Amino acid sequence: MIAASFLLIALAQGAGADSTVLVWGGDAEGGAPFVEADPANPSRVRGFDVEIAERIARGLGRRSARFIQVQWSSIDQSVERGDFDIGMSGVEDTPARRAQHAVTLPYFEFREVLAVRPQDQGRIQGLADLRGHRVATLGATIAYDILLAARDSTGLIPVSYDDDVHPYTDLLSGRVDAVLLDHIIAQRALRRLGGAAFVILPREAATGHYVGVLARTNPALRDSVDAALREAMGDGSLEQILRRWDVWDASQGALFERVLRGAAMTQAARAPATAIAAYLPSLARAAAVTLAVSFLSMALAVLVGLGLASARVYGAVWLRAAATIYVEVVRGTPLLLQLFVIYYGLAAVVRLPAFLAAVLALGLNYAAYEAEIYRGALQAVSKAQLEAARTLGFSEMQILRLIRGPQALRFALAPMTNDFVALLKDSALVSVITVVELTKQTSIFATNVGSWVIPGVLCAVVYLAMSLPLARLARRLERRWGGNAA
Amino acid sequence: MSAILNIEGLRICYEGRDVLKDLSLEVSGGEIVALMGPSGVGKSTALRAVAALQAFDEGRIVVDGFTLLPGPVQPESRLVPLRRSVGFVFQAHALFEHLTARENVTLALRHVWKKNPVEADQTATRLLEALDVAPRAAAWPRQLSGGEAQRVAIARALAPDPRLLLMDEPTAALDPARRSALSATLRNLAAQGRALLVATHDADFARAADRVVTLPSGR
Repeated sequence: MIAASFLLIALAQGAGADSTVLVWGGDAEGGAPFVEADPANPSRVRGFDVEIAERIARGLGRRSARFIQVQWSSIDQSVERGDFDIGMSGVEDTPARRAQHAVTLPYFEFREVLAVRPQDQGRIQGLADLRGHRVATLGATIAYDILLAARDSTGLIPVSYDDDVHPYTDLLSGRVDAVLLDHIIAQRALRRLGGAAFVILPREAATGHYVGVLARTNPALRDSVDAALREAMGDGSLEQILRRWDVWDASQGALFERVLRGAAMTQAARAPATAIAAYLPSLARAAAVTLAVSFLSMALAVLVGLGLASARVYGAVWLRAAATIYVEVVRGTPLLLQLFVIYYGLAAVVRLPAFLAAVLALGLNYAAYEAEIYRGALQAVSKAQLEAARTLGFSEMQILRLIRGPQALRFALAPMTNDFVALLKDSALVSVITVVELTKQTSIFATNVGSWVIPGVLCAVVYLAMSLPLARLARRLERRWGGNAA
Repeated sequence: MSAILNIEGLRICYEGRDVLKDLSLEVSGGEIVALMGPSGVGKSTALRAVAALQAFDEGRIVVDGFTLLPGPVQPESRLVPLRRSVGFVFQAHALFEHLTARENVTLALRHVWKKNPVEADQTATRLLEALDVAPRAAAWPRQLSGGEAQRVAIARALAPDPRLLLMDEPTAALDPARRSALSATLRNLAAQGRALLVATHDADFARAADRVVTLPSGR
């Protein structure tokens, strides 16, 4: 047993410390042409970042490069933790990233391009034409920052996604009116959806660069990687890789030339204090979204829950069975799945706005839990009291309204409040369907300032400020009613 | 005096077994009848059948001119005349836990019998005073002793002024002093012209009744 533990520890250390292998992290989820699962052998990955990582490994004299899957928005945190040597897969060169981590030379230049539906092509030429329109992009990216800036200047509505596939499908379905993303992502989406599905506007909104990101404490390795990249630019191997993946164009040649000449590539980083202050209004807005989603969902959950509980306690056999099936199915499947089904799955039948879909999914999910609380609470009122009420001449409706309901409410109050606090926190899940609430905004904030410490503490404080008063209110009500409802 | 309650040939089966068989009895106004027998012989079941809380299989029950017949319990909407005539005091008192003693008494007066709040309050005060529990009017049920809770339950059952009062094991939670006080209370209620049917296995208490009907133990 002890020997086995030692072996495990040795293996775990060995994995990180094997100096003959370059361990690199990236996100293969929807990640072509950067990194994606190889269709011929899904246990392997392919993509231009995969080949660049292998080229860098060779340049460093390593035997091979090993890929580790990591969520795209967590690459920076993960590399600082030491999960891998270098993070790649479309990692953008930003001042904040340079301030917080060791960042390599840029190895690819992308253009932020707008995609619109073909019929809107004449109307929309740039961000300035999108006042009042919903514009999609990936959260925590340069494109998202551009949209946030444009929100204030032109009045467009930024919509943040966790992946770069759904912005384009939602563009076609009309949920958003434009998508701002890197040109290679737009081109890939256009190939996937058919060449005429949408139009990529020729004028770019900005240009940016992909880089590798390493831990702040690892500048030596970064310098070696830079040398390997220069070598690959100089000997044409990097150009070959990009050509193989059909992402080579003249601007890459110009970039390589600038890099090899040693020209400076980056702007000055924004000071962290101003960055934090800049995010406070968004954080407040996101907290308001969290509260709105939570209150509306809870109201729906209470209403539907009451209906389900009444069906289970008072209903005919078939109604009881239907309510039971609902409760079991909803409680037995993940909320995340329900969110996807309601937002994307139903899109062919009814195209719900994201906020409404979020409220529906959370509300209908929590209704199942509320129903069980109410059913238990209704059944906790003694049968003798109900019979006494009948002998006094009360109708069933009056018994529910005057005797059973009021007592059940008191039994249900504490678990209901617990559920509401849980719902407040579960509302973070709705970010997967583009609703930017508190946790999502914090994650964007953290990625952009390159640290979770201040955003995490701020976010926790805001959640506590919302949940603690609720818990106190519940305790007060319990105390007030505790004397007469055992 | 004519009978307020008339039970003829009552038979109640449960899962193919007779719980009660061939019970016939009459209770007139001003009369206290004790329904005796050891636990489990169907005393409570008989009371529940009279109050239409329980279906029965054979026989007939007539309460103050209202007839109950074998078959499933009728919906409450058809039982209104019966509800007006019958008061029921449960063994466990079954007070409404979320209401004070006074509110327990006034609730049916206000919402079933549509008395205005002042009238309902006056009735409650009168009943609670008569039963010697008026000082506890503002107490919650869990704050009442067994004897107090029982008197509040009696007041609640008497509020609509029923002609027949059913009581299930009223001495179960009472000390001897309270038992004799209860006998006096019941005697008072009978003196007002009510019929009382009391299920009990307490032979001492049954002596206070005008008549004792004993259910056989073996069936």
